[in-house]
Amino acid sequence: MVFAGGSKDILAAPPKINVKGLNKTYLIEGKSEGILEDIDFFVRPGEFVSIIGASGCGKSTFLNILAGLETHDSGLIEIDGISTDARLGIVGYMQQKDLLLPWRTVLDNAILGLQITGVARKIARTDALDLIHQFGLSGFENQYPHALSGGMRQRAAFLRTMLLNQSIILLDEPFGALDALTKLKMQEWLMDVCLNMNKTAVLVTHDIDEAIFLSDRVYLLTSRPGRNAVILDIELERPRDYGMVTGTIFSELKKELMYPLWEQIRAV
Amino acid sequence: MGVKKKILNLANWIFPIGILVSLVIVWEVLVRVVNVPSWQLPPPSAILDELIVSKDLLLHHTLVTLKEIVVGFSVALVTGLTLAAGIAYSRILERSVYPIIIASQTIPIIAIAPLLLIWVGYGLTPKVIIVALICFYPIAVNTVDGLKSIDPDMISMFRTLGASRFQVFTKLQVPNSLPFMFSGIKIGISVSVIAAVIGEWVGGSEGLGYLITYSQPLFLTARVFAAIFLLSVMGIILFVLGVWIEHLTMPWYFNAKRSRAMEIS
Repeated sequence: MVFAGGSKDILAAPPKINVKGLNKTYLIEGKSEGILEDIDFFVRPGEFVSIIGASGCGKSTFLNILAGLETHDSGLIEIDGISTDARLGIVGYMQQKDLLLPWRTVLDNAILGLQITGVARKIARTDALDLIHQFGLSGFENQYPHALSGGMRQRAAFLRTMLLNQSIILLDEPFGALDALTKLKMQEWLMDVCLNMNKTAVLVTHDIDEAIFLSDRVYLLTSRPGRNAVILDIELERPRDYGMVTGTIFSELKKELMYPLWEQIRAV
Repeated sequence: MGVKKKILNLANWIFPIGILVSLVIVWEVLVRVVNVPSWQLPPPSAILDELIVSKDLLLHHTLVTLKEIVVGFSVALVTGLTLAAGIAYSRILERSVYPIIIASQTIPIIAIAPLLLIWVGYGLTPKVIIVALICFYPIAVNTVDGLKSIDPDMISMFRTLGASRFQVFTKLQVPNSLPFMFSGIKIGISVSVIAAVIGEWVGGSEGLGYLITYSQPLFLTARVFAAIFLLSVMGIILFVLGVWIEHLTMPWYFNAKRSRAMEIS
């Protein structure tokens, strides 16, 4: 099996994230309701993996569990081969809302994570300034968030997440609130950033095009409870550009995700 | 934009001042035309006259009242913020102390004032306590609200950055509470003047409130008006001072507000 974007060493390396037989139930009005059932999932170092599914398939819950914000009932979660529940602060997390603090400038928002880990403000600011250009925020360092466009705000939030030495970042529909054109630009940009900064990424989305375009592998979950439905390797060459979206390989891949997803939506 | 803003600012001031000036003129003219005796309702000119003639006396009593307000308000600020922080940080304090604070507001503080005279005498202390008791509530309750009204996603974000409970408090809850805290402070300032006057009415030998109760039976009505005028000037100056500190502390808040207002217009 050959993966696009993956060399032999990557295949030999232990998975960055390894999930086996994960279960999660919520207690809703006294009844226990299955949210995630027997989920298997893995991500190799440096890979970009997406999870898609209809609303309510538990994909955001899955990310919250990976981030350490929620607990799971049973199953194995390993990060770098180690099973631990203390994942908060180890795994980077990026939400749909930019969650910038209105009382901090762009630069001071970016260094929040570094400050929390104990880096002095001055040193943290130097680190952030090194990356401010790559994040398209040059000239806006000292602006307050309200003065920025949606795309810029989201990039500032990315910078805050990426500045920490967390090798994994979880992305919960980070482009969901952006307009279509900004979204395209941000997708290409994010791909570059993850590659340059050597991040392993897990993206939750309900946009099939986005999932295929960005990922090395896509997991489609069933809805309520979420189970593994389709696991699809995306063998598109890297670097990718948006021209690929109209190619034949892309449409074939899209078909494999589209039909199962349609059936789910129709069944609801 | 600069010029337009200046005009807007000017318009903001012209109307209230214009209305105030015309009211004073109408008052002056009416009193003179109808020939109301000065002990019943002195004309503004007589009040101005009183302000000039008795300026030493008025200044002395003004400073006494100002001192009561400043000390009482400071006590309220320190205790209010400390308790608010405690309530927001500890569930035990929230469950035990917070309900008591809210329930305590049903006690009319004016009714407590005579008791204070029995306990701490007639000096500065009972007035300071009354001012502090009255200012404390809006400061504490607003700050608690500000410390607690946090978007849960914000807290999640902090936690995924590895933040401790204390870091969430200092880096998220405290800055988030500032606009609320200043609302409480501004309400506190507005009521502090009333509180000081009440304290002096109940028992005292100094201060503008005392001067009013002393001058009224003597029909020194112009002096009563002069004292009222000074009280309100003092209240306005203290309030403006509060607003000024608010702007210095939170430039980000007013920037964002202005740009939102511009989007709307």
